Amino acid sequence: MSGNGIRIEGLRKRYGSGDTAVDALKGVDMQVAPGEVVGLIGPSGSGKSTLLKCLGAVIDPSAGRMTLGDELIYDEGWRVRDLRALRRDRIGFVFQAPYLIPFLDVTDNVALLPMLAGVPNEEARSRALELLSALDVQHRARAMPTELSGGEQQRVAIARGLVNRPPVILADEPTAPLDSERAMAVIRILNEMAQRYDTAIIVVTHDEKIIPTFKRIYHIRDGVTHEEAGAGRGVE
Amino acid sequence: MISLAGRDILHSWGKFVFTGFGLGLLIGVTLVMAGVYRGMVDDAKALLDNSGADLWVVQQDTLGPYAEPSSLNDDLYRTILALPGVAEAANVTYLTMQVRLDERDVRSMIVGIVPGPTRGAPGWPPYLVAGRQITRGHYEAVADVATGFQLGDRIGIRRNQYTVVGLTRRMVSSGGDPMVFIPLKDAQEAQFLKDNDAIWQSRRRTATNPAFDRAGVPGLLDAVLDSQSSNNFVNAVLVRLDAGAEPDAIGAAIRRWQRLTVYTRPQMEQILVGKLIATSAKQIGMFLVILAVVSAAIVAFIIYTLTMDKIREIAVLKLIGTRNRTIAAMILQQAIALGVIGFAVGKITATYAAPLFPKYVLLMPQDSVAGFLAVLAICALASLIAIRMALRVDPAAAIGG
Ligand SMILES: Nc1ncnc2c1ncn2[C@@H]1O[C@H](COP(=O)(O)OP(=O)(O)O)[C@@H](O)[C@H]1O
Ligand SMILES: [Mg+2]
Repeated sequence: MSGNGIRIEGLRKRYGSGDTAVDALKGVDMQVAPGEVVGLIGPSGSGKSTLLKCLGAVIDPSAGRMTLGDELIYDEGWRVRDLRALRRDRIGFVFQAPYLIPFLDVTDNVALLPMLAGVPNEEARSRALELLSALDVQHRARAMPTELSGGEQQRVAIARGLVNRPPVILADEPTAPLDSERAMAVIRILNEMAQRYDTAIIVVTHDEKIIPTFKRIYHIRDGVTHEEAGAGRGVE
Repeated sequence: MISLAGRDILHSWGKFVFTGFGLGLLIGVTLVMAGVYRGMVDDAKALLDNSGADLWVVQQDTLGPYAEPSSLNDDLYRTILALPGVAEAANVTYLTMQVRLDERDVRSMIVGIVPGPTRGAPGWPPYLVAGRQITRGHYEAVADVATGFQLGDRIGIRRNQYTVVGLTRRMVSSGGDPMVFIPLKDAQEAQFLKDNDAIWQSRRRTATNPAFDRAGVPGLLDAVLDSQSSNNFVNAVLVRLDAGAEPDAIGAAIRRWQRLTVYTRPQMEQILVGKLIATSAKQIGMFLVILAVVSAAIVAFIIYTLTMDKIREIAVLKLIGTRNRTIAAMILQQAIALGVIGFAVGKITATYAAPLFPKYVLLMPQDSVAGFLAVLAICALASLIAIRMALRVDPAAAIGG
């Protein structure tokens, strides 16, 4: 169990300073439990990407607290020394486009993360194959990314996000390039994976088709979040 | 961990092979340039080695006989021969000119040597690949095989015809021209020979000079005319010393007593390598610098564009926790790989192309090693721009704006 999943309290982010300062996040509160998939929706410029970047430890918040599992990782400053290792081992990323490494085959695209963490190649590959099977793309394990369909690529990208078993996955518009059938498939997979691996998943999206699938949704507007219950229909 | 650089190279091998090939041709040219310089030095050393001399006696205050004109009386060698420690002393003349065979002209260095009993004296070709040494006092020649002449060929040097009686190898001037050996008397004539018209004019002038045409001194005019039309000068006396003799001491003695300039083997090498081919060496050096800069620019450009193409992937790699060191190593290894491909192609090209060059191209293993290290250094340097750019990529860029 990953304890609390992820919890954010009073998170603020100010870009720049003085007259040109932009307050992108003005006190965000959010909590996602292990095994839960929540939607994060909001108009353009509302601060979605900024929130993901703070959660993903690629930019520094300006104030607030973030807890990952049982560990307070940010409290008016980072409480973790190695943010790179934090990203590698404890946060999974799924992007708008798959962004697979073009010169690595499917297995090694997924196995690269454990390898970067020092896991021996063979073990990293067997972990990768396990996830590829879970995502039903094991038959493309030796293919190069360019040989895959868009949906297959996105599933490989999800496998990569999951391979180190992070307690949280940040998905940035993961269905944007996909048609509605494939988009639904991706959401179904994310839900399954959240259940199977007890992962807290935050899905940033614009996509009207998938919004009704969330049980819980955070609306973000002008840097402030409002929680609401979603239609929670799930995916059949 | 897998080799990211290796995988990328395998994936886009076409780019690497084509660029490596282009780079390789440049490196090949560079190696050949270095070989041209080495060839010049080697020609100079071969010239000195094959002359068989320990001391070169030349006109006072000249850098003769190869780097500057020098002229000595042809009876001086006797005095030198009398010095203790001197085993042999031989007159030689050197003259670079065109030698004719039928319609063909070959630029050659004509070496005048004293035929006959002095056979094997310094200045003589040390070994022949065919035929025999010069035995007659006139109109015989021994030619370097590089002239393309054959035994029995009749070659023209100025107004005279010579028969090629022997062939030798690796006998070249410091400029790389093949040598043609002929008897000293013929060479002296060739060196100072005036055309018929000039001789006639000179005779007329002398004959009308009352100082030479004195009523009371019969035969004076004839003697003067005779001395004017013959040539008693040589360019150098080559000296071979007794075993164990001290070249510097004997050189100093000749200098002191004979008002001549004497060079030892190391001094002669210094003149040839340090002075005669110094300008060519600088010229080649300039080319090497230019080629190095061009190669660096090519590698830098290719590695930069290859990295540029991967900017998104690099952002993703950084976001998912790849070390900067790993990314820098990937780019550096690719640059090094390009260099290695380039060097291999260059080395092969140079090896096959070297014999096709008209002058001697000497590819020395240590030059290849130095070249290889230089290529690696250049590639590493050239990758710095791309590495700098890659390290600046913001991992946040992977998350949509
Ligand atoms: N690097 C930045 N520097 C300054 N302002 C920024 C930067 N990134 C985003 N912003 C601003 O922060 C606000 C939120 O942006 P963003 O998080 O990208 O919103 P969204 O992803 O919801 O469209 C916007 O007003 C945007 O202009
Ligand atoms: Mg955005």
